[in-house]
Amino acid sequence: MNPFSSGTRLRDMIRAIRACKTAAEERAVVRKECASIRAAVSDNENDYRHRNLAKLMFIHMLGYPTHFGQMECLKLIAAPGFPEKRIGYLGLMLLLDERQEVLMLVTNSLKQDLNHTNQYIVGLALCALGNISSAEMARDLAPEVERLLQFRDPNVRKKAALCSIRIIKKVPDLAENFVNPVASLLKEKHHGVLLTAIQLCADLCIISEEALEYFRKKCTEGLVKVLKDAVNSPYAPEYDISGIADPFLQIRLLRILRILGHGDADASDLMNDILAQVATKTESNKNAGNAILYECVETIMSIEDSGGLRVLAINILGRFLSNRDNNIRYVALNMLMKAISVDGQAVQRHRATILECVKDSDASIRKRALELVYLLVNESNVKPLTKELIDYLEVSDHDFKGDLTAKICSIVEKLSPEKIWYIDQMLKVLCEAGNYVKDEVWHALIVVITNASNLHGYTVRSLYRAIQTSGDQEVVVRVAVWCIGEYGDLLVNNIGMLDLEEPMTVTENDAVDAIEIASKRHTSDLTTRAMCLVALLKLSSRFPSCSQKVKDIVTQSKGSLLLELQQRSIEFDSIIEKHQNLRSALVERMPVVDEATYSGRRAGSLPDVSTSQGNPLQLPNGVPKTVDAPLLDLLDLSADESAPPTSSGGSFLHDLLGDDILSSSSQSGTILPQKSGTDVLLDLLSTGSPPAQNGSSTADILSISQDNDKTTGNALNSLSSPVVTSAQSSLTMDLLDGFGPNPTMPKDNGPTYPPLVAFESSSLSLVFKFSKIPGSPQITQIEANFTNKSSEVYSDFIFQAAVPKFLQLHLEPASSNTLPGNGNGSITQKLRVTNNQHGKKSLIMRIRISYKLNNKDMLEEGQISNFSRDL
Amino acid sequence: MIHFVLLISRQGKVRLTKWYSPYSQKERSKVIRELSGMILTRGPKLCNFVEWRGFKVVYKRYASLYFCMCINQEDNELEVLEIIHHYVEILDRYFGSVCELDLIFNFHKAYYILDEVLIAGELQESSKKTVARLVAAQDSLVEAAKEEAASISNIIAQATK
Repeated sequence: MNPFSSGTRLRDMIRAIRACKTAAEERAVVRKECASIRAAVSDNENDYRHRNLAKLMFIHMLGYPTHFGQMECLKLIAAPGFPEKRIGYLGLMLLLDERQEVLMLVTNSLKQDLNHTNQYIVGLALCALGNISSAEMARDLAPEVERLLQFRDPNVRKKAALCSIRIIKKVPDLAENFVNPVASLLKEKHHGVLLTAIQLCADLCIISEEALEYFRKKCTEGLVKVLKDAVNSPYAPEYDISGIADPFLQIRLLRILRILGHGDADASDLMNDILAQVATKTESNKNAGNAILYECVETIMSIEDSGGLRVLAINILGRFLSNRDNNIRYVALNMLMKAISVDGQAVQRHRATILECVKDSDASIRKRALELVYLLVNESNVKPLTKELIDYLEVSDHDFKGDLTAKICSIVEKLSPEKIWYIDQMLKVLCEAGNYVKDEVWHALIVVITNASNLHGYTVRSLYRAIQTSGDQEVVVRVAVWCIGEYGDLLVNNIGMLDLEEPMTVTENDAVDAIEIASKRHTSDLTTRAMCLVALLKLSSRFPSCSQKVKDIVTQSKGSLLLELQQRSIEFDSIIEKHQNLRSALVERMPVVDEATYSGRRAGSLPDVSTSQGNPLQLPNGVPKTVDAPLLDLLDLSADESAPPTSSGGSFLHDLLGDDILSSSSQSGTILPQKSGTDVLLDLLSTGSPPAQNGSSTADILSISQDNDKTTGNALNSLSSPVVTSAQSSLTMDLLDGFGPNPTMPKDNGPTYPPLVAFESSSLSLVFKFSKIPGSPQITQIEANFTNKSSEVYSDFIFQAAVPKFLQLHLEPASSNTLPGNGNGSITQKLRVTNNQHGKKSLIMRIRISYKLNNKDMLEEGQISNFSRDL
Repeated sequence: MIHFVLLISRQGKVRLTKWYSPYSQKERSKVIRELSGMILTRGPKLCNFVEWRGFKVVYKRYASLYFCMCINQEDNELEVLEIIHHYVEILDRYFGSVCELDLIFNFHKAYYILDEVLIAGELQESSKKTVARLVAAQDSLVEAAKEEAASISNIIAQATK
């Protein structure tokens, strides 16, 4: 039987597959073929192995699983003949990748083949190794490849050079072994060898600084000469591409010269002449020539300055930019981005052309051009450029709007010369493409609006107009709803009119209607609706005459199936109905968020995780919520508890405020897990549920408020004074009575528990002391005591803790944030843990301690699971 | 560096794939799906580059086949177009005006040729003549082995008559 007569059968299979009319038919054919191949594999049949593997490769290309053929590749590779090896290596490269264990088995065969007397077999092995080698194989076979760099046949040397690239990429330590052989390869005449040696040389330079120095000293001159010869060589049909001698070689030479010349004036000097020659003499009417020019421009931009050459390079780019060929324009835009850092003025001159490219019909060019415009914008041209971009936003296609919007917003935020311009531009963007705007962008917009007190009236009126026309853009609606809630009175009374405004008449009813429409729009999502409810509550206070109307609207949501809406509407309804005296204090204007702090937080300069959640600041706003999600997430204890922001209605407001705006006062307490502080407060106020149940939470809120007294005096006053002055309200009195006794409660009642060393390292120890409140066994009071065992002082000391869902944790402020060394003092911090499964589960806690030691951030983490069982 | 080479027909059928960077089987089919969606829908006059996952894919259409190569952001796109053309010209000389059917039925030949053009995602040879000579030499090695095997089986057949 002839094992090589198998070609026909492969053809037959391909024909059969191609003849299939449906995917099901194709699957059937493939299944049948696979079954017979599997049978052959398990019979270890030799004759058709070759053909079967070829079939498998075809099946693999169609996307079917072919893992059972992997071992067949190895068997074919191990066979002695060239035909078997050839198909075996092809299968190996096609069916396997470097991450498969099977590959290790082939190392031995590869080693033998690398030492084979037949140069074509050596070539096959080098090719396979170069394409799929893993780090282990690279390490094992590097000596063979290194030796083959000196093989007699140039075609093996070139393969060995490329194979070496793979090896040094996988195992950079091996790089130094290749430096000397490459230096001698660079002197060869054979183009294939030169091409690959230059590539290897470039990769060596990238990996090893020493190699770079070596090649820079020894080879720069030689390579410049090679490039000169290549550029000036007479016509050679073998290497000619549209009249240019071996553009591939020229491009690689330009690339290696770029690497050698970068940051080295002497080397750059050596190559100036030839670069000038390439830049001026290369024909630019064919792609090959342009490819060389493109590479040459990049080299000129990267090597040490030579003014004349750079002018030449910028001129080439200018020519590229006005080329009719899209490819050339694309690379011009690409290169201009790099040129900005070299010669910004020269690039600015092409601004008009670049702006035209933003509107090109080709998505790739648009994207490049937009990136470039983004880099070109500065204080002096921001207004006209932004106007162009926003005008284009109206007509751009949908795929592009997302990118375009993000860039416009970023430009406006970064470079806006004045607030009114910022607000105007953002409103235009929101109206045009609000649905593409990211949350943080409109959050930032609201922060800016709150800060621009002279523009409140103007803004709310513009937004009122905007939702009449662009109500389909959810984000416009949100911002408008928020602003109407806050500044509804300015809207109605036309307060703060600017000269440029046209007067308009909006009645109180109109304002409420606008919000009602927004909340009933079917496209509005939960967040928007929740925002509408808050705005309505605020309007009910701002416009007492509409109070009844607002109440009617709010009441409609009482039956909502969405818990968030239902809860809010019930709470708000009872505020409107029963607590007129509290309402105005509850819905006072939002305190102004400091823009610098907010943008700093967005930029990530403040830590995401902060012990301070700024509770007191939120209290005056009606619907705050303590969301400790970042902390929980980070500590990964009860991740499922952190609801996604959109579903928890309070959190967006919370976001707006910036939940760690108070992080300078990092010692304030944290309520864990998230129990909405104000929900509790509202519950207390409206339903008058037994204080015993909620006393502790109220105490939390109040105690936190007091702790933050110093840092948040203003906000706090606005909160606490109404509460105190309205203390005549018997309900509030009840409350205060309810938890009044708590602090004075003797603590040494009940059973005593031994102290627990919760954390101990060579530099720090933490001891917990426990006590219980009589009558509530599920609550444990913990006094944490930190001692510094090193001789240095720890500053900015912060203790954080997280607990699983069945526990609730409250952290009181620490006694100090500085911990003196040598045990000369300690920090104490009180914690209160409520165990909802008291008796069934014992306490567990994950802790995290951060502090600064000699201005270096230190972090300790740990988990405490050895709490006494009855806690 | 070239991360992978794809040949996709106008109907979205894969005709050749070569991966120089590690992609699992699952990722491979995802990459192919994503890219054919992006590339096959592009109009004829547009530029030959698409940006994709922080890489660039350079493609060129020859008759019914799209030749695609994925490269790094900082690589020379125009040169890659030349490499594609280089490969196509070699295929053309080898098959004698190549068509899609040649590449379907002789897909392994297309791979053998590619292996003489690229290794480790880098260009190996800029002379079409040299590539053609090397592939031909290896083909003739295979032919010689075939003939030898045929004559041996003839001898065995005659001896066992």
